[in-house]
Amino acid sequence: MQYLIQFLEPAANFALREDPEKAPAYWGAWGAYIKTLVESGIIVNGAGLLPPETATTVRMRNGERLVQDGPFAEAKEMLGGFFIVEVPSLDVALEWAARSPSAEYGSVEVRPVMPPMPG
Amino acid sequence: MNAGYAQIESLARDSYGRLLAYLAARSGDVAGAEDALSEAFLAALQRWPAEGVPEKPEAWLLTAARRRMIDVARHAAVRSRAAETLSQIAEMAQSETESGEFFPDERLKLLFVCAHPAIDAAARTPLMLQTVLGLDAARIASAFLTSPSAMSQRLVRAKTKIRDAGIPFSIPAKEELAARLQSVLEAIYAAYTCGWDAGEDTTREGLVNEALWLGRVVVGLLPQEPEALGLLALMLHSQARHDARRDAEGRYVPLPEQDVSQWSEEKIREAESLLTLASTEQMPGRFQLEAAIQSVHAQRRWSGVIDWRAIAFLYEGVLHFSPTVGAQIGRAVAVAQTQEAAQGVLLLDEIPLETVRNHQPYWAARAHLLVEAGRIEEGRVAYQRAIGLSDHTVSRKFLQQKIQDL
Repeated sequence: MQYLIQFLEPAANFALREDPEKAPAYWGAWGAYIKTLVESGIIVNGAGLLPPETATTVRMRNGERLVQDGPFAEAKEMLGGFFIVEVPSLDVALEWAARSPSAEYGSVEVRPVMPPMPG
Repeated sequence: MNAGYAQIESLARDSYGRLLAYLAARSGDVAGAEDALSEAFLAALQRWPAEGVPEKPEAWLLTAARRRMIDVARHAAVRSRAAETLSQIAEMAQSETESGEFFPDERLKLLFVCAHPAIDAAARTPLMLQTVLGLDAARIASAFLTSPSAMSQRLVRAKTKIRDAGIPFSIPAKEELAARLQSVLEAIYAAYTCGWDAGEDTTREGLVNEALWLGRVVVGLLPQEPEALGLLALMLHSQARHDARRDAEGRYVPLPEQDVSQWSEEKIREAESLLTLASTEQMPGRFQLEAAIQSVHAQRRWSGVIDWRAIAFLYEGVLHFSPTVGAQIGRAVAVAQTQEAAQGVLLLDEIPLETVRNHQPYWAARAHLLVEAGRIEEGRVAYQRAIGLSDHTVSRKFLQQKIQDL
C-alpha cells in the first residue's frame, strides 16, 4: 500500500530553518529522520517545500483568472514537505509519521494513495 | 459536583471491570455485556442525581444491565436460537438472587479470556484495557499508534471470536496455568512499556498506572504465582525511577547515571519484598529475572556500584525463557561493561539485521558500544539512525548531544 505522509508545521517552526542558533537542531532532526527513511527503502517519492509565503495560488472564477500571493488558505499549520511511502499497512505508515520531528511540534497527516485507475 | 455523578464516576473507575467480568462470564458475550452495562450506567446517570444513589449501587447496575441483556436476548430469540443465552441469563439471575448483594470477582477469568491463545496477539492488551479497565477505543488506539477505527475493528473481531468460538470464562487447569498466565502477564507488561516509552505523552503515560493496577489485581487474585509477583516487582522497580529519568532541564538521563536520591525508596522496597516472596516458590521465570536485573540496578542506591556481571548473568536467564531483542541488547550492554566494548558489539552483530532495522533502542545501544570500542565513524552513523528512529524530542536531543561530544 502507498501512503502520502504530509508534514504540517506551524509558522514558528518554518522560521527556525533560518534561525542561526536553532537551525542546526532543526535540520539535524530532519536530516537524521530522512536519512533513516531513505535507508529503510520505503520511499516512492517526496520532497521538502520552501515556506508557505513562497506559494502562489491560482483560481478561475467566472472565466476570470485570480492569482494570489501565498497559500490557498490561512491555517495554523502549513505543508512543509511530504513523502509517498510503500509499506504493508497503515500502522507502519503511522510509525514512520510518529518518528518525524513535526509529529511533536506540528502534525502529520497520513492518507492512502488512490490505486491506479482501471483501463 | 452532584453526588450522583461523582458516585457514578468512581463506580465506573473502580467497578467497571468487575461488573463487566461478572456479566460476560455468564453470557460468554463480551460485546453484549458491554452494551448492557453502558446502558445501565446511562440509566444511572439519568436517575441517580435526581432520585439519589441506591443503597447498593453495584447491585442496581447489575440488575439494570441484566434486564437489558434479557431484553436483547428475547428480541434475538425471535429471530434465532437464543434459547441457550436466555437460559444462561436466567441461571445468572437465579444465582445472583441466591448470593444476595455479593457478586464474585470474575476479572481473572476475563483476563484469561483476553489473553487466550485463540485471540490475535495484537488484540490482547487492547482488549484487557477496554474490558477490565473500561478505556475507550480511541485512547487505546493512540497509545498503540493505530487508527481509532482500525482499533475498534480489532476489538470487535476479538469479541466476536470470544462469543462465536465459545472461549471459556474459566481459570485454566493447574497444568496449563503457568503458560496461560504468562500471556496475561505479557499483555499487562505491553501496556506498561507502551506507557513507559511515552516521553512527554501524558495520554500514554497514564497506561503505566493502568498496567500497575492490573498487575496488582492479578497478584491480589493469585498471590502465590511467582511470575505475577515478578511482573509487579519489575514494574515497581522501574516506576521507582520515574523522577530520575530527566534532569532539571528535562534532559534524558540513562539509568547508570541517574541520581539515586531521586529514586522512590518506598517502591523499591515493595518491589524487593515481592521478589523475595516470589523466590520462595523456587520457580524462576522471565519476569522474576527481569525484576532481578532491576533489583541489581536498585542496589546502587546503597552500594554505589552496579554489578554488571550479575546483570549479564541474569540476562542469560531471561534469554533462556524469552529470547527477545530487548534482552539481547541488555546482555550485550552488560557484557560490554564486564569485558570489552567490542565483545558487546559482537553480541549485537549476532542479531539478524532484519529484526532490528527499525528498532531504536538497538541503534542507540550499538552506537554507544561502537564509540566505546573506538569505532567512532560507525558509531556516528548508528547514532544518526537512532535519532531518525526516535519518536520524541527528549531522546533525539540526548543522542544529538552524544554526536556533538564525539
